[in-house]
Amino acid sequence: MTKSWNEFILDWLIKISGYSAIIFVALIFYFLLHEGLPTLSEVSVTNLLSLRWYPIEDYFGILPLIGGSLLVTVGAALFAIPIGLCTAIFIAEVSPRWAREILKPLVEILGGIPSVVLGFLGILILAPSLRRIFDLPTGLTALAGSILLGGIAIPTIVSVAEDALDSVPRSYRDASLALGATEWQTIWRVTLPAARSGVLTAIMLGIGRAIGETMAVMMVTGNAPVIPLKLNSIISPVRTMTATIAAEMGEVAKNSTHYHVLFFIGLVLFVISLGINIAASAAALRQRQRAERILS
Amino acid sequence: MNKGSDTLVNLALAWAEKYHELHSEVEISVTGGGSGTGIAALINRTVDIANASRQITSGETQQAKANGGNPVEFVVAKDAIAIIVNLDNHVDQLTLKQLSDIYSGKIRNWSEVGGEDRVIVRLSRETNSGTHVFFLENVIRMGNSNDKTLFSTDTLLLPSSEGITSETRDNPNTIGYDGLGYVTPEVKVIAVARDASSPFVLPSADSVNSGQYPIARDLYMYTNDQPTGVIADYINWIMSAEAQVIVTQLGFVPITPP
Repeated sequence: MTKSWNEFILDWLIKISGYSAIIFVALIFYFLLHEGLPTLSEVSVTNLLSLRWYPIEDYFGILPLIGGSLLVTVGAALFAIPIGLCTAIFIAEVSPRWAREILKPLVEILGGIPSVVLGFLGILILAPSLRRIFDLPTGLTALAGSILLGGIAIPTIVSVAEDALDSVPRSYRDASLALGATEWQTIWRVTLPAARSGVLTAIMLGIGRAIGETMAVMMVTGNAPVIPLKLNSIISPVRTMTATIAAEMGEVAKNSTHYHVLFFIGLVLFVISLGINIAASAAALRQRQRAERILS
Repeated sequence: MNKGSDTLVNLALAWAEKYHELHSEVEISVTGGGSGTGIAALINRTVDIANASRQITSGETQQAKANGGNPVEFVVAKDAIAIIVNLDNHVDQLTLKQLSDIYSGKIRNWSEVGGEDRVIVRLSRETNSGTHVFFLENVIRMGNSNDKTLFSTDTLLLPSSEGITSETRDNPNTIGYDGLGYVTPEVKVIAVARDASSPFVLPSADSVNSGQYPIARDLYMYTNDQPTGVIADYINWIMSAEAQVIVTQLGFVPITPP
């Protein structure tokens, strides 16, 4: 009797915490809709899709902000994915056991450094160096933001991807090596494809970390709301959505148009990261189905 | 009750706290909301003192009189904006018109204002800063309220004074502005002239108080009728050297040079 009662409570506790995650996401989404949608009736679409963001004079063009976020995030992905995956492969497949025991915790500590600290390093070291190296007017650019965000995303990517690679059964590698494949061929053709869905999750989490990052980006990208369409945009200042919300939300009057537009930007950000998530899980699912078809 | 200008709110809070330490029987509650909000509250007689970073308009005075009030003005501190550049920049002085053209994007290279052939990197505080708005109205638009000129879009908006100082210190291309009290010796302060025929003046407590430095404004407190009792004591204390020390600490310019 007592045993089943205990189980009943535990069962419910686990169910509640499981469902609460879904409920919270739904509540956040509802709140964003509630605070953000009034924008559409208060601001004309032409204003919203214009190229000028200057909220204190009612210029609410959000395209430069969306462009800024995308540019910085894509830049960060270009840095973080190759470096992160190579590090994960090195730790999981190449390095000796003892080195792995040291490297993995070190990378995870790196992930725990507060982003505002990295932002300070960015202002004091990264931005001035970029300005000197590339002879730019200013180092506070999308490039500085991308490098910094890449650095922030790498520990996430390494940690998750390494776990995925590590969980590939030993027998796969042995079989491949026994067939005469080299170590590199085994990693590239067998282990990495076998860990594909975990690696994809790692990349997504990394990108998610990058697009949502605020403090470090606000400190090093210069925050000039210029739409990044030119080739040299990566070495020009940009303003991201997150930095805009962080910089302006503190002083904005509740329920003013500006307040609603800031929530609308939050909504756009939410939809973008939701899109990335759905796309990635769809890709992972498709691959799993294909793998099952081949095996059967 | 003390309400109004967001520019003044920190200063008003600091004054109220200090005064409460000295006279524990007096409780002063300070809120921001903007100069207009403060003056509106004064008109509606819901506050004792309104803080404003601009002068009361004649319309507001009439409204107040219609409500049986009679606003009395006190200049309690001054606010000056210093224009700063890198120590290696050879430009020492600019006119207000040149500053306006630089920040609106008409002048894009230091050589156009007598400096080296370098791109100008404009630095500004974020749009929610009172200094940003003051700069927009008084420098970029040169005090003309019908002028709709905006900051050039490639102006870097930095979240803190610290960000502006460090970028100006490290980068010879930059021009920035900040409250006079926040200026450090690591950057060079530019002398500014009201127009081409006026003298170039460096900002200082003296040049601000004498009205020679062009990018400065008075900060006001308004009361209904000549204040009496506790409120009179408080305003007299604000004018004292003791209270004006706090003005300097918060980066504003005291009304009487220390």
